[in-house]
Amino acid sequence: MNPRRKKRLLTIIALLFGLSSAVALTLYALQENINLFYTPSELINGKGPELEKPSVGQKLRIGGMVVPGSVKRDENSLFVEFKLIDSGPMVTIRYKGILPDLFREGQGIVAQGTLIESDVIEAFEVLAKHDEEYMPEEVAEAVKGIKHQKPTYNNNGY
Amino acid sequence: MIPELGYFSLTLAMVLCVLLFIFPMWGAHTGNLRLMRAAPSLAVGQFIFVLLSFAALIYASLTDDFTVAYVAHHSSSTLPWYYKITSTWGGHEGAILLWLVMQAGWTAAVALMSKSLPWPLRARVLGVLGFLAVGFMLYTLLMSSPFDRLLPYYPVEGRDLNPLLQDPGMIIHPPLLYMGYVGLSVSFAFAIAALLTGQLDNLWAKWSRPWTMAAWGFLTLGITIGSWWAYAELGWGGWWFWDPVENASLMPWLVATALLHSLAVTEKRGIFKSWTVLLAIAAFSLSLLGTFIVRSGIIVSVHAFASDPDRGMFILAFLAIVVGGGLTLYALRAGHVSSEGRYSLFSREVALWLNNILLVVATLIVLLGTLLPMIHKELGLGSISIGEPFFNQMFTYLIVPFALLLGAAPLLRWKQNKLKQVAGKYGLGVIIALVLTAAWLFSSFAKVSAITFMATALALWIMVMSAQDLLQKTAQAQSIKRLGLSYWAMQLGHIGLALVIMSVALTSAYSTERDVRVVPGEQVALGGYDFRFDGVKVIRGPNYTGHAGVVTVFKQGEQETVLHAEKRRYDIGMQFMTEAAVDAGLSRDLYLALGEQLTGGAWSLRIYHKPFVRVMWLGGILIALAGFIVLFDRRYRRRNPKEAQA
Repeated sequence: MNPRRKKRLLTIIALLFGLSSAVALTLYALQENINLFYTPSELINGKGPELEKPSVGQKLRIGGMVVPGSVKRDENSLFVEFKLIDSGPMVTIRYKGILPDLFREGQGIVAQGTLIESDVIEAFEVLAKHDEEYMPEEVAEAVKGIKHQKPTYNNNGY
Repeated sequence: MIPELGYFSLTLAMVLCVLLFIFPMWGAHTGNLRLMRAAPSLAVGQFIFVLLSFAALIYASLTDDFTVAYVAHHSSSTLPWYYKITSTWGGHEGAILLWLVMQAGWTAAVALMSKSLPWPLRARVLGVLGFLAVGFMLYTLLMSSPFDRLLPYYPVEGRDLNPLLQDPGMIIHPPLLYMGYVGLSVSFAFAIAALLTGQLDNLWAKWSRPWTMAAWGFLTLGITIGSWWAYAELGWGGWWFWDPVENASLMPWLVATALLHSLAVTEKRGIFKSWTVLLAIAAFSLSLLGTFIVRSGIIVSVHAFASDPDRGMFILAFLAIVVGGGLTLYALRAGHVSSEGRYSLFSREVALWLNNILLVVATLIVLLGTLLPMIHKELGLGSISIGEPFFNQMFTYLIVPFALLLGAAPLLRWKQNKLKQVAGKYGLGVIIALVLTAAWLFSSFAKVSAITFMATALALWIMVMSAQDLLQKTAQAQSIKRLGLSYWAMQLGHIGLALVIMSVALTSAYSTERDVRVVPGEQVALGGYDFRFDGVKVIRGPNYTGHAGVVTVFKQGEQETVLHAEKRRYDIGMQFMTEAAVDAGLSRDLYLALGEQLTGGAWSLRIYHKPFVRVMWLGGILIALAGFIVLFDRRYRRRNPKEAQA
């Protein structure tokens, strides 16, 4: 083999090695960090054609509307508990911390956390978007069946 | 009347851009010098008309002309005048107009500062830029005009600028980012022009390099300011969220970083030519992809400020033309490019090649993490999100070889090296970095994790090796003055990155936070400081009212500072905004955010102690500076054509 070819071969081997290890690491990291999105009724009744239900201990994201009158705060700490609903059953969210500026009863929110009982989630993050009329797209889709609603000009902006 | 003039002015600019595309391209193809000579004047002309158009929008905003839909939706009469100006790029239509201003500005700059280029290349560069401008102008005029009127029924008051955008960081962040995005179109234009003329040599790399450096400098600064804005304004104390919009700006940056290293090799050694061209095409394509992601609304993001699927389709189509066209041309022409330089495995060429590989892998990871949720959803497989840990984990893996290489590479020479020549320096570097890291971390912090130690050691390794390299180069050059600005830029950029790595490692490991429920007079301890909550007072701003939580900070019993963490409620739209109070310092930030009012006079309060977080932005600014000081290097100020050949 002439030196030029040898160098090329080495380069290709190095490339393949780097590429495959990168792909392996990436897939591994991806598998660990993909969070599925559920709505309260999907969580209880199952999601998709096979009605898959998440298992206790799984990390997930859930989106729905905060049930009016369900927000219970602890007197002495920042612990808060509330219920989320879409079209069917309700799910309880527990969270300790400061809620976002736009958290309100009747508002659509998204929570991220761990399923600790079949209908209870311990959230480490609660998100609400900075817009009064806003409902997270995923929630809007799940609750109202709206898909890719084209924003009218009034609604445009943020 | 003025807004109509703005629209008309933009139409004129587009006509000039069409000519700017056709004349020089045709001229270069047929060898007609007169047609080619028209390009620079056309480029300057369209810049003037775009600028007039932008001035018309600013005028409408400053005079509270709410008959203009854009002004009515993004401004209000109570908005301070400087935010009235920035509101012109706070929404989609205005942001694209700002993009056009930048595009026109870069084109005019290229026209004026490329006198030493041969006409066929110069004409084609300007022609490609003209083509890109036509695309965006067509989009603005047809689908997203900021000059549309709301007549005859117009509102008496505007809807106000999104409170999140009412921040000094937001005044400069978008223009800087756009300067970077659009600046990469110049690198792209150079690449395409070089493929068309067939002149892919080191002279071409030398001409393209300062433009790429400048665009990259702006992009770096834009990302840095963006990170600082998110930190100061979003109220969560985070500085990077791996949000699709942030990723959209990071991807072109990573590729542009690879590009400017590859350009250096092409300029100095005449190799990696087709790879460099490919990177230039990729960098600008990713800028466009970023725009598509941000503007199409296909991704739910914390700051996708405006979205509309139709507009997304236009950008997607434009993206397809630019990327498809660029790659087709590349496929047709790049095969004819031959490289003649030879180099061994242990050389600077290979080190820079590895740098490029790592940067491209990093880009692919970000691309995967950003696009996968989109694809997953479009295929009907349900909504997923890819969490921050994925990106953090992958970048942790990548930064290790990258930083090791970065420290080692500057000491290597072109072509070939003997390990013996550098082994001593590497050994010394490793020892010094490890000893310094151990001495510093174990004396300052109670607990040191392996990963923190490693990251800090890597940062110090880069710094130590930079210092060694500087000593060696000064000895060779006999005088510091003879080293040249390009060399100093490299040093600055590398040290800047080392600071960023160090800051990320330390602030991630040692930041502490507490969410507390406090009543007036209560004290909370965190990170060696005591925070006393003194109650809240009512505040009133020009377009908002709210509460400010007054907190006195003590360090070992001595008063350090008094902070006012605000919770604002903007009059129009009734939006709530947390305005965090930050006591900034190089070694630590104290960060307070006021939560909600609870029962019994209590408030919720979030307190952060963030060591060395500010060093990160300092590092970012140093990296950006590196991009700018290269422009003053004598090699690139080629008034004298003889000098340019040298």
